[in-house]
Amino acid sequence: MVTVAPTPGDYLPLLILILMGAFIAVLLVALSWILGPKQPSVEKLSPYECGVTPVGTARDRFPIKFYLIAMLFILFDIETVFLYPWAILYRNNAYLSRGFLLGEMTVFIAILFVGYIYIWKKGALDWE
Amino acid sequence: MDFSQFSHIFWSVPTNEVPAADWWIDVLRAFVRILVPVFFVLLLVPPLVWFERRLLGFMQQRQGPNRVGPEGIVQTIADGVKLLMKEDIIPSNVDRTLYVLAPIIMLIPALVTAGVLPWHPSLVWGAGAPNVDIGVLYLLAWSSLAVYGVVMAGWASNNKYALLGGLRSSAQMISYELGMGIAVVTVVLISGALSVRDIVFDQSAYGWIKDAAHTTAHHAAYTWGIVHKPWLGFLNPWHVAQFFPMGFVAAFIYVVAMLAETNRSPFDLPEAETELVAGYHTEYTSMKFAMFFMGEYANMVVVSAIAATLFFGGWTTPIAQLDQWDNTAVGWIIPAAMISAKIGLGLYFFVWIRATLPRIRYDMLMSFGWKGIFPIALGNLFCVAVSLTAGYWAGLAVWIVLAVGALLIVANLDSTKRFTEKTRRRSVLGLYASAQPFQMPLVKTSNGAPPVDGRTAAEELVK
Repeated sequence: MVTVAPTPGDYLPLLILILMGAFIAVLLVALSWILGPKQPSVEKLSPYECGVTPVGTARDRFPIKFYLIAMLFILFDIETVFLYPWAILYRNNAYLSRGFLLGEMTVFIAILFVGYIYIWKKGALDWE
Repeated sequence: MDFSQFSHIFWSVPTNEVPAADWWIDVLRAFVRILVPVFFVLLLVPPLVWFERRLLGFMQQRQGPNRVGPEGIVQTIADGVKLLMKEDIIPSNVDRTLYVLAPIIMLIPALVTAGVLPWHPSLVWGAGAPNVDIGVLYLLAWSSLAVYGVVMAGWASNNKYALLGGLRSSAQMISYELGMGIAVVTVVLISGALSVRDIVFDQSAYGWIKDAAHTTAHHAAYTWGIVHKPWLGFLNPWHVAQFFPMGFVAAFIYVVAMLAETNRSPFDLPEAETELVAGYHTEYTSMKFAMFFMGEYANMVVVSAIAATLFFGGWTTPIAQLDQWDNTAVGWIIPAAMISAKIGLGLYFFVWIRATLPRIRYDMLMSFGWKGIFPIALGNLFCVAVSLTAGYWAGLAVWIVLAVGALLIVANLDSTKRFTEKTRRRSVLGLYASAQPFQMPLVKTSNGAPPVDGRTAAEELVK
C-alpha cells in the first residue's frame, strides 16, 4: 500500500462533484418547469386533503415530542462526534497508554449514560 | 507507522503514479475521476426501480412490469420522461423558496456522497477523490443532510399530511443516525483510519500484515500474515468478521440504520399510504416528485456502497490471498466487479426485506432506535476498545457480561410488566368474584306467589 499525504488538489474532485450535483439537480427542476404545460386553476392549486375542501391551516401546532427528540439527538450526536478523534487517537499514538485513553472515554460515556438512563426513566423516549 | 516494508509480501497493486502535471491536467483528471461515481449512481436508478418492481412481483407470484422494452426494463425511463413533461404545480400558500429548494437538497447528497468511495486500490483513479484522509467524515456529513430536504418539504408544502410525514421522517432519521454514527466509529476504531481507502486496505491481506507489525513479539508464527484476528477474522479480514460478535453487531446495526435512514421498509412510515398519503412529498408533482423518488433510490445505492466499503471489504475479494492485482485488465476489472457485486447484493437485500417484513408501528420504531440500537452500539464499541487494549478474549468476556446483563435487565423489565399485568387482571377478576351474582328480577305472578325460576316467570308474563 502506497500512502501519499493528501494535498489540496486531492479535494478538488469533491468540489467539482458538489458543483456537478447541484447543477444536475437545478437542471432537472428547470427542465420540468420549461417543458411542462401550465394550466393552473383554483382547485388544482389548493392543498390536497383527499379531495375535500381543506379545513383550517396546515401550519398547525404539532406534538412537542418531536422537539424533545431533536434536542436529545443533538446531545448524543455530539457525544458520537467526540468519539471520532478519540478512536483515531486510540489506534495511532505513541504518548498515551491505551488503558488511560479507554478509562477517559469510559468516564465520559458513563456520565452521559447516567443522563441517558434518566431520560429513559423520565419517559422522554416513550411514545404513547 | 510505515508499513511499506511489508508491502512486497502480499501487495503489488497498481498505483499508477502519474508525474506531476500542469494545473489544467489536474482539473481535467478530476473531471474524469468523478464521472465514475456520478454516473454509477445516476444510471443505476432506473434499472434499480425496475429491478425492485420486477423482483417484488416475482416474490409475490405476479409478473411486475414486463411490457415496455425487453422484460419491461425501459418502463422506468418512460415514467421519467412522462414525469418530465407533466405540469409542474406549485400550490398556493406554499413557501415557494423552500418548496423548490427541498427536492434539490434531497438529490444533491445522494449524487455527491459516493465521491470518496473507492472502487479500486489505485491512488490516482481508484475513486472520485481517492486520496482524501477524512473520507468517513465526508460520508457522514452528506448522509445527514438529507434530513433537511425532508423537513423543508414537509414544512413548505402547507399540507397536513406533508407536515406530519416530514416530522415523522426527520425524527426517525435523526434517531437512527446515532446508532449509525457509533457503528461507523467502531469501524474507525478497528481500522484506525478515517480515510476510506485505508479502511478498505485494512480489510485486505494488508490488514493482516499491519496487525502482524503491531505485535512483533510473535513474528515467527506469522506465516501468511494471518495473525491476531481470532475466529472469523482468521478466515477473512473484512470488518464484519473482526472480533467475532462485535464486528458483526456493528455491521448489523449499520444495516438496520441504513434501512431507517433511507425510509425503506420496514421503516417506511413517512410514506405510510394508509395514514399519510405520500408523506412529505404529497404536494409535489412532475419532476420534483421524481427527484424525491430518484433521491431515495440513489440513496439506496449509496448506503449499500457505504456498507460494502466499511464492513464488507470494498473492492477486495472474499479470499484475501487473491488480492494481488497488477496493472492489467484483470487487475482493474476484478476489484470493480467485486464492489459492484456487493452493492448489487445490498440492493437485493433492500427489496428482499421489503417483500418479507411488515411495516412496524411508530412507537416501536422510535423505542427500537433509542432503547435498542443506541445502547447496543455503544456497548459494542466499548468491547472493541477493550479488545484492542487487553486482547480479544478480554473484550469477548466483557461483551458476554454486557449481553447477559442487558438480557437480564430486559427479562426483568418484561417479567415486572407481566407481573403487574397479572395482578391487575387478578384484581379485576377479584372484583367480579366479590360482586353479587346476577339475579333475575322478581316478577309478580298473577296469583301473587313468587315464581320458581326465570322461565316460569316469563311464562307467567306471557299469560
